[in-house]
Amino acid sequence: MNRRNVVGTLFFLLAALAVLLLPQLPWVSDFRAQQFAYVGIYFIALLGLNLLTGITGQISLGHGAFMLIGGYTTAILMSEQDPPLELAGHQFTGDMRDIWTIPIAGLVAGLAGFLFGFPALRLTGLYLALATFAVAVAAPAVVKKYEGFTGGGGGINLFEAGTRTKATSITDPVTFEETRIPIKILGIDIPTFNEWLYYLCWTIALVMFAGAWLLLRGRFGRSLRAVRDSELAAASSGVNLARYKTLAFGISAFYAGVAGSLLAIATTFVNPDTFPITLSIFLLVGVVVGGLGSLWPLVFGAIFIHFMQIEWAQRTEAVVPDFLPILGNIDTDAPGAPAVAFGVVLILIMLAFPGGAAGLVRTLRSLALRGYHRAR
Amino acid sequence: MADFIQQIVGGLGDGAIYGALALALVLIHRATGVINFAQGEMAMFTTYIAWSLMENHGWSYWPAFAATLVFAFALGVGIQRVVIAPVANASVLTVVIMTIGLVLTFNGLAGLIWSAEIRAFPSAFPNETWQLGDVSISQESVGTFGVVVALVALLWAFFQFTKIGLALRASALNPEASRLVGVRVGWMLAVGWGLAAMLGAVAGMLAAPSAFLEPTMMQAILIYAFAAAVLGGIDSPFGAIAGGLLLGVGLNLIGTYIDFVGADLRLPVTLLIILIVLLVRPAGLFGKTVTRRV
Repeated sequence: MNRRNVVGTLFFLLAALAVLLLPQLPWVSDFRAQQFAYVGIYFIALLGLNLLTGITGQISLGHGAFMLIGGYTTAILMSEQDPPLELAGHQFTGDMRDIWTIPIAGLVAGLAGFLFGFPALRLTGLYLALATFAVAVAAPAVVKKYEGFTGGGGGINLFEAGTRTKATSITDPVTFEETRIPIKILGIDIPTFNEWLYYLCWTIALVMFAGAWLLLRGRFGRSLRAVRDSELAAASSGVNLARYKTLAFGISAFYAGVAGSLLAIATTFVNPDTFPITLSIFLLVGVVVGGLGSLWPLVFGAIFIHFMQIEWAQRTEAVVPDFLPILGNIDTDAPGAPAVAFGVVLILIMLAFPGGAAGLVRTLRSLALRGYHRAR
Repeated sequence: MADFIQQIVGGLGDGAIYGALALALVLIHRATGVINFAQGEMAMFTTYIAWSLMENHGWSYWPAFAATLVFAFALGVGIQRVVIAPVANASVLTVVIMTIGLVLTFNGLAGLIWSAEIRAFPSAFPNETWQLGDVSISQESVGTFGVVVALVALLWAFFQFTKIGLALRASALNPEASRLVGVRVGWMLAVGWGLAAMLGAVAGMLAAPSAFLEPTMMQAILIYAFAAAVLGGIDSPFGAIAGGLLLGVGLNLIGTYIDFVGADLRLPVTLLIILIVLLVRPAGLFGKTVTRRV
């Protein structure tokens, strides 16, 4: 093993340890654990989108559609609707426990991505962006149409499903004392659903991160980057463009599918609005914030898109200029606040730090190294 | 038969709106080689300006219409100068991300300023029909169609007979040579964006009476406009209008006569049209096939 790999492995182990310990810290509440679980979900989706857009150079404005496929696969397999959902005569009556649906959701989405990769072969640049955008806009309409299979616009509620992992509690009929029954995994008790969710999402995120790292460090990753930098040069060096592009689509959609599946488990409910067009756009924002073509800095992108949606954007009040009220009343709790903040930050990042968080880290590191050498 | 003709007239009205927005996309694509994903949201935002002038400031329809066009032009020019020009030489991905940033900004701003509540937008034309035998023809469809046709004629005359029009065409065709003969190409591109924003504003104001004004109003219409532009050939202005009309009529007929599609599957059908055209005939119906030297 060379030095780079040793350092990389060490960092990975440290990160894994940090992930493991985080929810045990006294100031990380159950609620925070849930939020960090969502960050893990976005991280997985960003890894996938980055593989396609950042590494292979194929723009996708429709990755939410692959998350939708993953999310619905999980929801349908777990569902205990009345009347049951049905496809080609098969009725879904809570066939599968939640965690076993995750790989299936990934594979179904991956297959969809791989197949979409074939028409996408003939589309380059802007046209691909346009086609994927149209896919994301059109997907919810298709879901609403096949009501018997997908639950239509009303969606699928998983909260009461017996296939769902949950921490329960029993109240003693005599003493009215409540006993919590924790979730047991490998003999370890995990007291709450949110904590379980956190460990589930981050275990999968770490595995998929390691997978992406292994996949991209060798010949395969080099070929993908070659496709991005110059298709002509890549093809003349013997890179099979069709194979690598469709594979990149497939793998990327696999990641998105797993993320969508976890999102369904986390929200215990899916409907077409769980995966709106803005989700696809936020994912792209996340990749840009993390840094196109980077790997671990995508965590920053995931943190950004999650916390921007739920908390930070509400604090933009101070930033909205005072002259705007001539147009009407401004309400920063209005649904538009996150979008404005996202949009402005996205534009500013592209203008000022096109490398995103990864670029910033690189700059800081080279500055530090230069200072270090000068001091010696 | 009466129903069939009514569907066609209605389709022409809708199609004119798609065509106007598609023409805006084509103008920008011809000048800068970019597809402006924010075209729909800019149109929505300017439509809100018109609404606000009428609702909050008591203007009547046509003055508000004109003022909105002026505002839209300034908005388009400003955006090109501030946001797009700095990344003009960057990769396609960068420019796409910029326009996506604009999508989010305008969508969010509209929600912030005017809330996501659905608003009624007045129509310039009476909500009545003309009776021709069995066929009742909606005056609004005819009026919408007329406004777009008049606008396209004006725009064509502007490009054909004015000096600025000539400079605009020159800088789209050959920026280097234009610069050498003294055309200020940077500003011409900005004017192109301004004109596109004006077209978008017209599309928005024509669409708003039937689509109702809300921040997501133009999202579906933008997809139809994409399809219209692709169908007509992304570099062909007349193709965009023709593509829009064809799409409007086609979607109306498909929606009426193919029960499976109905009103629910208009967007997926449009997606299919986009994919099929891009795969089978990427230059569209009226576009020139581009051969690239490598």
